[in-house]
Amino acid sequence: MRSATADPAAIRWGLPLLALVLATIIFALPLAAVFAEALRRGWGVALAAIAEPDTLAAIQLTLLVAAISVPVNTVGGIAAAWAVAKHDFPGKRLLVTWIELPFSVSPVISGLVFVLLFGAQGYFGPWLRERDIQIIFALPGLVLATVFVTFPFVARTLMPLMQEQGRSEEEAAATLGASGWQTFRRVTLPNVKWALLAGVLLCNARAMGEFGAVSVVSGHIRGQTNTMPLHVEILYNEYMFAGAFAVAALLALLGVVTLGAKAVLERASERRLGGAA
Amino acid sequence: MTASDLSRRALLAAAPALAAASAAAQGAAQTLLNVSYDPTRELYREFNAAFAASWAGRGNPRPTINTSHGGSGRQARSVIDGLAADVLTLALAYDIDEVAERGFLARDWQRRLPHNSSPYTSTIVLLVRRGNPKRIRDWGDLLQSGVSIVTPNPKTSGGARWNYLAFWAWALRQPGGNERTAEQAVTQLYRQVPVLDTGARGSLTTFVQRNVGDVFLSWENEAHLALQEFPQAGLEIVYPRLSILAEPPVAVVDQNVDRRGTRVIAQAYLEHLYSTEGQQLAAKHHYRPRDAAVLEANAARFPRVELVTVDDVFGGWQRAQAAHFNDGGIFDRIHRPGGR
Repeated sequence: MRSATADPAAIRWGLPLLALVLATIIFALPLAAVFAEALRRGWGVALAAIAEPDTLAAIQLTLLVAAISVPVNTVGGIAAAWAVAKHDFPGKRLLVTWIELPFSVSPVISGLVFVLLFGAQGYFGPWLRERDIQIIFALPGLVLATVFVTFPFVARTLMPLMQEQGRSEEEAAATLGASGWQTFRRVTLPNVKWALLAGVLLCNARAMGEFGAVSVVSGHIRGQTNTMPLHVEILYNEYMFAGAFAVAALLALLGVVTLGAKAVLERASERRLGGAA
Repeated sequence: MTASDLSRRALLAAAPALAAASAAAQGAAQTLLNVSYDPTRELYREFNAAFAASWAGRGNPRPTINTSHGGSGRQARSVIDGLAADVLTLALAYDIDEVAERGFLARDWQRRLPHNSSPYTSTIVLLVRRGNPKRIRDWGDLLQSGVSIVTPNPKTSGGARWNYLAFWAWALRQPGGNERTAEQAVTQLYRQVPVLDTGARGSLTTFVQRNVGDVFLSWENEAHLALQEFPQAGLEIVYPRLSILAEPPVAVVDQNVDRRGTRVIAQAYLEHLYSTEGQQLAAKHHYRPRDAAVLEANAARFPRVELVTVDDVFGGWQRAQAAHFNDGGIFDRIHRPGGR
């Protein structure tokens, strides 16, 4: 196989090496340090820190928030990508920009938006208060903030692929008499299933790790509204470094496992595509 | 997905939580939310267990006490935004005033419990490194050249405001001291501060973990905690001759307790802070107890310092806040980030 460019060897080998060294310094070493710090006083201390009731509550809450947000964003993301890639309608560009908004806005602002809407002094505050409905500083607020921040992951992973695949297969299905739902389920979805899984996993990793937006709407009630990232900060501020790093390591582990699953899926999908071609 | 879809989802998600909340109010055990500031974590962890036991001992079901900690001003803001605190235990009266201003509790809240609604007091001390190499004995020694001072930002931290006011009170007391000389001294002080963290805990981490600065202006209880948590650092506490009487106040949040039906237990919770057990726990966590007998029993742990009050020197928190810390106040004038 010929290289696409005719760069000298120094660049062909030097650049990837440089990238690898940088990645090691910026990502791998700090991550290793988190695990080393977590286990510095032994597995016993680390596990005891994780078994603490407030920590268990934080883990449960994090998983619950992800379990609600990820399906919401999966359905929403598929719908958005499908609408954008397979249909023409006025305001399409606007929708694409909208979908990307959470990527470009600081998470702190994403959180503040919900305080502004649902806080006691916010637009819907008095209405909600009369009805005794708590949105921010409770689970609904945490879910809303997480959904907002992680919305683009599924949509952005699917959109380019769906656009590239074009509409010919869907049109063929329609010609053969398939209903809209049948077309979607039998044609569109199978074509993007690997990309979809990758998007869902990325979305999940971020949903579990989100700090900024969630911090604004959490209220930081121990054992009630603290997610894992917030709990790490609390433990660190309480000089419980072993505990803080143990929870941080667990959180990092969840992220690494998610990314590992994504890499495995990508390889599997490449092999399938390679076989089909 | 549209905005209305989102809020409908939120309502659906809220329903089970609501059902649980109302069940708790009618049923047996009650929950209480104490919204507090940063350095009280250790105190309230122990106090909550003590109160729960005492409340259960009086024939009630054992309550669940939740706490939330953060910078005092930020915590007040959260309650204003709807964090359903039953009781507030903050760093300074001004922050509770802000909540009262929005109608969450009566404006005269500070007269409802003894001692200005402050069941314990604290003061500001100087925390120095092993062997006190810069020979810091009192506030005046901070202004020697080459002394680097760590204190948080008075804009965001309650403790930092107490630090500032304590130093100002000292400067007024100096021979020929007046508002002008005090402002000069405070200006010089903040020139020697290399970094302003947002809260007391962040500043302490800067001082101890990152090894920045020669002296840390600290809450008395926070200084003792640092000695306990970092014994290998060899830190030493220096008591200045004069400091400020910090009165961290507590209050029941009327609107929230009436809505949740928790007024009786919230009131009992705060009153328990004034009981012998509450006072002993305060002393144990290095807060100065109000109870004379408990203070006497712990006299060795609380060296005598002449303590001035915000009311005497500054005419109360509202005036101190307006003159010194609000936008356009003296702190803004003397401290220009990035400037000279």
